[in-house]
Amino acid sequence: MALRSVAARLLRCHHQKVACTAGRNQGTSAAQKEKDAKLEQKTKPSKVQFDWQDALCLESQLTEEETMIRDTFRTYCQDKLMPRILLANRNEVFHREILTEMGELGVLGPTIKGYGCAGTSYVAYGLIAREVEKVDSAYRSVMSVQSSLVMHPIYAYGSEEQKQKYLPKLATGELLGCFGLTEPNHGSDPGGMETRARYNPSSRTFTLNGSKTWITNSPMADVCVVWAKCEDGKVRGFILERGLKGLSTPKIEGKFSLRASTTGMIIMEDVEVPEDCLLPHASGLAGPFGCLNNARYGISWGALGAAEFCFHTARQYTLDRIQFGVPLARNQLIQKKMADMLTEITIGLQACLQLGRLMDQKKSAPEMVSMLKRNSCGKALDIARQCRDMLGGNGIADEYHVIRHVMNLEAVNTYEGTHDIHALILGRAITGLQSFTVGK
Amino acid sequence: MSARVLVGVKRVIDYAVKIRVKPDKTGVVTDGVKHSMNPFCEIAIEEAVRLKEKKLIKEVIAVSCGPQQSQETIRTALAMGADRGIHVDVSGKDYENLGPLQVSKILAALAKKEDVRLIILGKQGTFASQVDFQEDSLKVEREIDGGLETIKIKMPAVVTADLRLNEPRYATLPNIMKAKKKKIDTVKPSDLGVDLSSQLEVLSVEEPSQRQAGVKVETVEDLIKKLRDSGRI
Repeated sequence: MALRSVAARLLRCHHQKVACTAGRNQGTSAAQKEKDAKLEQKTKPSKVQFDWQDALCLESQLTEEETMIRDTFRTYCQDKLMPRILLANRNEVFHREILTEMGELGVLGPTIKGYGCAGTSYVAYGLIAREVEKVDSAYRSVMSVQSSLVMHPIYAYGSEEQKQKYLPKLATGELLGCFGLTEPNHGSDPGGMETRARYNPSSRTFTLNGSKTWITNSPMADVCVVWAKCEDGKVRGFILERGLKGLSTPKIEGKFSLRASTTGMIIMEDVEVPEDCLLPHASGLAGPFGCLNNARYGISWGALGAAEFCFHTARQYTLDRIQFGVPLARNQLIQKKMADMLTEITIGLQACLQLGRLMDQKKSAPEMVSMLKRNSCGKALDIARQCRDMLGGNGIADEYHVIRHVMNLEAVNTYEGTHDIHALILGRAITGLQSFTVGK
Repeated sequence: MSARVLVGVKRVIDYAVKIRVKPDKTGVVTDGVKHSMNPFCEIAIEEAVRLKEKKLIKEVIAVSCGPQQSQETIRTALAMGADRGIHVDVSGKDYENLGPLQVSKILAALAKKEDVRLIILGKQGTFASQVDFQEDSLKVEREIDGGLETIKIKMPAVVTADLRLNEPRYATLPNIMKAKKKKIDTVKPSDLGVDLSSQLEVLSVEEPSQRQAGVKVETVEDLIKKLRDSGRI
């Protein structure tokens, strides 16, 4: 190939002397073709370059649409969310406007078809979660709650009127929602909930009594999807709107995790709601669990996004910081830690991608989501803690961001099913024997 | 208004990437390097889409000349609001030799073929910072060295976008999904009757020379002496 271009260049050149040499180089076209073929055989396939930022080429496994969605949202997160987070976390400020901004981009309830939603794939949802959590887990929690825990139950279990009434406004971020399942005395054990819904046949209303706690968004939510036990012993979902008599949402103070989002309780004292607030198609715990499954999938991707951020930050820090005359990154202990981080993040993302593809084909089981939520959160927390250590003293300052992720991931590891509870779910699937309760 | 607008979009190395020259000095490294739409082309697309939203023009067509991957750039333009795309398929050696002359011939041929009244491009040219559409002329405010200049031009016209013309929108998810269904036609330069042969030839590509360290002098006399010695005065 090199010979041919030289010959071509010489041919074009008008120089007399050079024209002679050009004549000698030029053979018949047949001879030239043979020469080319020989050169092709001798040329080795170009060496594949290892990319530590995408070790197993996840990029090549995404569709063009997914890549575009991811790139657009990544730009938004870095341009609009990253500048806010330092002070939002430090001063515990929730920027309600991010919901409107995300709504404009169309990333709320992205997997829902119709009602002003994008109708995109589960993989795209995961990629969105990963980009947001690279900035902060609190922002991703807000997005997850709105998309998977408020919009999804209304879409999956609601009546057409409820869908028309709430979904478009939730999609634009005009309405902020929250999901009320956990109670002060019932966290891992939602089946034992004490919140009661009593039906009043005369007025065709339900009266709800009880309290929920650790509810993301509740102090500022316009809409609450609350789960309560009815008289027949079955758990059902209700859509409550702010302003109802007896409904209050006090804020939980003194949080050291997810400070950039607002968390509170939902107190219901004889809250009376018309019967059309009931979600007609959910009955039993399968209702809330279906929503949680959806959210957990987003968390599996998101936690790895936070881990990626911490890993990249630690890498840059250890390359920049010189001690004993060399960068910290020159040390074997540091490199071993980074090798472990790279491996876990890369493998975790591959698993999330496969799960996303299965979910898009409707071939996923809840235990798959349990396995990945548990893996991503556990590994991410570990990675964040190690990165904090690698940053030394600077690691405890929020300006370096890693400590914020460490704090946040403590909550992320716990909510939506603790690390241990998911282990029991998997244990039951493996052995056929349940180990949640002391009974048989 | 039944006018059509053609917008040129180019797939270039992402502005955040550090450019490296190939070891054989024939060009810059492009394999495996992140590419995206030229930021000035984004501004051009944004302007065209805004004109359409104001109902001043009927259709926005995004054009890109290059290999298969140029279609990604066209897809981004569609996601921002362009109606359809035209991919002028130019690859390999032809692409390496594709210079401004060839591209302008292609755009001119396309503009005639598609009956386009306005072509908006990114950078270098008219440096428009504000565009006002009137009946069949265009009022363009442009930034020049001395300040701002407002000119009135007849259409068909070519306008290039400067940094301050607008702030490009983020492509929303629903629009990205819709862009999948929009059409991208592929044409070859020969279909348009354009000859791609170039009169220019790249001899070598090098990095800009490293900045040399300066020399400090103690007195003004020393300075004059040094300047005289190096032949500057």
